[in-house]
Amino acid sequence: MSSLITKVRLKQIEALLEQGKRLDERGLMDYRPIQIEQGVIEKAEGSARVLLGKTEVLVGVKVESGEPFPDTPNEGVMTVNAELVPLASPNFEPGPPDENSIELARVVDRGIRESHAIDTAKLCIEPGKKVFVVFVDVYVLNYDGNLIDASAIAAIAALMNTKMSNYEVKDGEVKIKQGYTQLPMKAHPVTVTIAKICNKLLVDPWIEEESVMDSRISFASNEKGEICAIQKGGSGFFSPQQILEASKIAVEKAAELRKQFDW
Amino acid sequence: MNEKPEKLIDKKGIRSDGRKVDELRPLKLQVGVLSNADGSAYIEHGKNKILAAAFGPREVHPKHLMQPDRMVLKVRYHMAPFSVQERKSPAPSRREVELSKVIKEALEPALFLELYPRTGVDVYVEVLQADGGTRCAAITAAALAIADSGVPMRDLVVACAAGKVDDTVVLDLYDAEDKLGAADVPVAFMPNLNAVTLLQMDGILSTEEFEKAMNMAMEGCRKIYQMQKEALKTKYMVVKEAGEE
Repeated sequence: MSSLITKVRLKQIEALLEQGKRLDERGLMDYRPIQIEQGVIEKAEGSARVLLGKTEVLVGVKVESGEPFPDTPNEGVMTVNAELVPLASPNFEPGPPDENSIELARVVDRGIRESHAIDTAKLCIEPGKKVFVVFVDVYVLNYDGNLIDASAIAAIAALMNTKMSNYEVKDGEVKIKQGYTQLPMKAHPVTVTIAKICNKLLVDPWIEEESVMDSRISFASNEKGEICAIQKGGSGFFSPQQILEASKIAVEKAAELRKQFDW
Repeated sequence: MNEKPEKLIDKKGIRSDGRKVDELRPLKLQVGVLSNADGSAYIEHGKNKILAAAFGPREVHPKHLMQPDRMVLKVRYHMAPFSVQERKSPAPSRREVELSKVIKEALEPALFLELYPRTGVDVYVEVLQADGGTRCAAITAAALAIADSGVPMRDLVVACAAGKVDDTVVLDLYDAEDKLGAADVPVAFMPNLNAVTLLQMDGILSTEEFEKAMNMAMEGCRKIYQMQKEALKTKYMVVKEAGEE
């Protein structure tokens, strides 16, 4: 957005924030409506489409057999990739992933990995040789702000929806058998992003707020209310007090959302 | 690699590299180490060896990145292929792209971007040897390089990590602690402005442990901040002495 419009918008947003209001009439601690739809792509082992207001993210999960990492020979592998698809915003361009999509993928990855959401020990086929590799692909279909939370929710919803083919090992070959097994999961982390605008904290910034925000901070937390991953972004700063306040808001909000989703 | 990880902290509270829980690794900071850069710095933080160079304010390349109302800061964090145990491909990894972005965002709050429209400052960070906590050491060095280049700053940015090892919150994790420990919290800080400009975390911490780790990291930052200022002054002491001869 051009800097002039941004400055005008900022004044408007600032005036509203002074009264505890937002442009889209939400309270500072309110999320936009969230819809989760699972199993939308039949050919993927797992999938979910999440609408967070007008932000729309589709996550597909593919499971294949592959080699484990040498330092974790008994554990399955998980990778997250994110595509800011050009149809999602006039500002997204085709081409190799830029720093924004790489950051998005790595923040979603950390939330899943550090909370041990996937029980990777149960994804071992033959120690040191063959394990299941879980590919989580985040596809942003419409950008209207807060891609991190929408993508993190969609990724967990898609993993919960993931069914792997049953298999047997014959002469070192993995053979597919009939039937499916649910992907084993141990936690359901929820990521909550808090933006700072004019020194005020608010959750779930939408596109108008993201264009003027000073900085943002995202916390992934698990069922026990423990923090599993943090990422600060944007070219502003937070005071230490604001960070502690944000961490408490994030853990509370995550519990609320988890209840809402029945996770 | 199935062996149980060795104890990282012994009964007396001494860590596997001989440090106390709240002790920093030895640091060495040097300013003005590269003659072709407008500003430069070298940091040894434990076994981390990192060079940082700043160029600018100068024309922005490619031109379409130029901003009519402010300066553009570009940061490239890069690891040398020989900096780690297994050779790292020199092509930028996804990790390096992300770190370049968060380091840039950690430095931006220190700069008066709006005072230098249509210009750019480029910061290049080369990790020559890595031993855990390179993003923090890189920020500490990059801030010194920018200060050395003469670009005005609101404050120096200094960074340090804290984390959790064997159920204990400790300061400044080195490689083995980072890999085997429970959590790592890198923090970048501008002490005079009480502003946190980078905060990341991986691992599992309760909110109380997180608060403790963040405070411990900021305490570490304050100590390194003194060394940063000392390093800047030392460069001019050397210049002065040379002038007097």
